[in-house]
Amino acid sequence: MFSNFDFDVIIRSLPYLFLDGMTFTLMLTALATAIGIVVGTLLALMRLSAFAPISILAAGYVNLMRSVPLVLMIFWFYFLVPYIGQWITGAAQPIQVGAFASSLVTFTLFEAAYFCEIMRAGIQSISRGQVSAAQALGMTYPQTMGYIVLPQALRNMLPVLLTQTIILFQDTSLVYVLSITDFLGAASKVAQRDGRLVEMYLFAALVYFIISFLTSRLVRRLQIRTAIIR
Amino acid sequence: MITLNHVSKWYQTFQVLKDCSTEVAKGEVVVVCGPSGSGKSTLIKCVNGLEPFEKGTITVAGISVGDRKTNLPKLRARIGMVFQHFELFPHLTVMRNLELAQMKVLGRGKEESERRGMQLLERVGLQEQAHKYPGQLSGGQQQRVAIARALAMDPIAMLFDEPTSALDPEMINEVLDVMIALAKDGMTMMVVTHEMGFARKVAHRVVFMDKGEIVEDAPTADFFGKPRSERAQIFLSKILQH
Repeated sequence: MFSNFDFDVIIRSLPYLFLDGMTFTLMLTALATAIGIVVGTLLALMRLSAFAPISILAAGYVNLMRSVPLVLMIFWFYFLVPYIGQWITGAAQPIQVGAFASSLVTFTLFEAAYFCEIMRAGIQSISRGQVSAAQALGMTYPQTMGYIVLPQALRNMLPVLLTQTIILFQDTSLVYVLSITDFLGAASKVAQRDGRLVEMYLFAALVYFIISFLTSRLVRRLQIRTAIIR
Repeated sequence: MITLNHVSKWYQTFQVLKDCSTEVAKGEVVVVCGPSGSGKSTLIKCVNGLEPFEKGTITVAGISVGDRKTNLPKLRARIGMVFQHFELFPHLTVMRNLELAQMKVLGRGKEESERRGMQLLERVGLQEQAHKYPGQLSGGQQQRVAIARALAMDPIAMLFDEPTSALDPEMINEVLDVMIALAKDGMTMMVVTHEMGFARKVAHRVVFMDKGEIVEDAPTADFFGKPRSERAQIFLSKILQH
């Protein structure tokens, strides 16, 4: 049944698919995860603040981000960021930030909301006694968080954070709506050009599956290794 | 050293501490005892400001704990505290547990902190465990490390919040021995405990609490000899009959 298919197209387009496409996808995933975890942790600390305005602000942000479809966010930011840039810098023209910067901002802000909820659960999993012990030793709030609570929270939540990263890796394919050459975008372009839709989309699915499956396996092994002995 | 003056505390409408006054002089060992729920743990946590209180004053070395202007972290760094559940930091080695606050709070160098940490581990008899993680130690060992961690800060006084309540019976003595040695060295100590043997041996005074009140505050011999209040008599008869 495969006689009508031309799988050779995959071999021919490999450099383009991986050097252009996959590089973009992985860069976006890695940077959005790294910055997203930092922003998400700050949001989590804000949400847990005893000072109501701060926690309400953070909760509002998180709920907003989690209630809007990601594709919509991608569109919005792509068209909005140039104008925001213009407004901030006071330039005459909308600032052209480029596809990568625009999608990085979108994914970072969007994922930060999810990482916030994960980190919040992580922080709340650390017993009150740990905080008391740190305080009793004279540590300030930033020291208590930085040396005692967050390292343990991060470790407890590592598997969940990495699982979220795998989801993010898959979600980055949505940038193809902006005609960006991420992995799926590259596959899609070749597919359209050569009229090889089935082959290219099958191959793209396979690659996403293999990477996601292998990394989730890795996460599970990591989970066993990093568990803190109590 | 530690003075509590008419301290009262409420959880919403429920009053957990009622007009509590007592003091711990320099070099004195004071045991706080009483039935569970009597507020003794809450009281000791007020002393270093881990629990806020609504009325009254607490001063430690002349510094008011409840004062909004007091730099609480700075004050706490001078008061050691040992908890019922040890509260060692499970993600750090024993040595790191001992060093961390010395370096980050007192600003000591790495070498000095390690030397001081090692001295105190020797003192509690655990120098071989320095590079293990807390989870690899027994409860008694963990609590001795916790005492060493507090002592590494060179505190002017030590607070103990039921230090042996979470321990298996065979491990209680190794912890009490360390505390007795500490008391004999002249450390100022406030100890919440049910260990009446410890109280008899080293306490100068015993404070008996019930329902958030300090019912009795007497020299150790008087407390065990002829407690004046009926509630203290009942408590002692329950706890000492075995």
